[in-house]
Amino acid sequence: MSSGASTPSVLDLVGNTPLVRIRALARDLPDAVRVYAKLEGFNPGGSVKDRPALNMVRDGLAKGLLRPGKTILDSTSGNTGIALAMIGAALGYPVELVMPDNVSIERKKIIQAYGAKIIFSSGLEGSDGAIRLCREVLKNDPDKYFKPDQYFNEANPQAHELTTGPEIWRQTDGAVTHFVTGLGTGGTIMGTGRALKKFNPAIQIIGVEPDDAFHGLEGLKHMASSIVPGIFHEEELDEKLPIGTEEAYEMVYKLGTDEGLVVGQSSGANLVGALQIAHRIERGTIVTIFCDFGVRYLSTNLWASR
Amino acid sequence: MPISVRIPTPLRKFTAGAESVSASGATVGALVEDVESRHPGLKERICDDAGKVRRFVNVYVNGEDIRFLGSLDTPVKDGDEISIVPAIAGGTRA
Repeated sequence: MSSGASTPSVLDLVGNTPLVRIRALARDLPDAVRVYAKLEGFNPGGSVKDRPALNMVRDGLAKGLLRPGKTILDSTSGNTGIALAMIGAALGYPVELVMPDNVSIERKKIIQAYGAKIIFSSGLEGSDGAIRLCREVLKNDPDKYFKPDQYFNEANPQAHELTTGPEIWRQTDGAVTHFVTGLGTGGTIMGTGRALKKFNPAIQIIGVEPDDAFHGLEGLKHMASSIVPGIFHEEELDEKLPIGTEEAYEMVYKLGTDEGLVVGQSSGANLVGALQIAHRIERGTIVTIFCDFGVRYLSTNLWASR
Repeated sequence: MPISVRIPTPLRKFTAGAESVSASGATVGALVEDVESRHPGLKERICDDAGKVRRFVNVYVNGEDIRFLGSLDTPVKDGDEISIVPAIAGGTRA
């Protein structure tokens, strides 16, 4: 991120997000155990997905797969769509996004505000339904589209290997001992994990996933019952933690009232996982990801039934 | 005519893969009980220990969210279509 008086493009604002210490919700931990969250909501598109989206688009441009006349197409349950819509707008490429019809109204409006087109798949089919419909759209007009394909594109984890991981290492002065984050495409955990393991192979890489196939943790996947993303290699994880939707929601509410951080449900799940690890150790520095802020979920079940 | 209950993908393991099942009952709650009797395991996914619809689950009667109708007491009749949709990827159908 530029620290000067101006920035050449909104895309130069992607990354270099702040790392904040969790205090109130970690007050029962020993002094030597510290928990930090990386606030990815500070990215210009409002989520962690700006990083892989930008790297995938840049990779497509470099390889000539995306060039003038092409439209960016992908399936997304939300944040990747917003990121691609922003990037497409900034670079002058049209964007079409396939997403389940039960995505929140805020998401539809944000994506439309960037000028992107939404193609709806059945909410009953979840994100896998969007993946399948997107494949059909592409098959019907393959020359029209550039599909970043976040589930199978190595430029997704690479974004985190090049940026998120080194930032965490730097921001903790190399003290990080555990990295805990949710499994969606697997991009964040694969890439950040690879970078951190290169700095220090002893750093534990721990995945958070919904405890059941039927869950309400937007952006996260229950791998055993999902189409497993091609970029996800479970053997690179040291551990996986199953997290319940309701405990994640409760954590989101506590983060708002006790820490002053209103975030999305995946952030709540990530902190539940991070605190589980924190309670097991006597000393260490645990870093997790707060994927986005909570504003874009105000109309969803997370808040609507409060 | 029986009432059709549409089942989301993650719950189809309880219905032998069926996308929808037939059920009978005068309210959504009664339908859930009827479905549970033939497909055990579904109810605890939909309702919490107190018997209320879980916060992240949306149940629709002919496209209307039962939270804005009568929740589990919402009356249903032959020919209605019930959908169970997890709030993954949002929640509202607006």
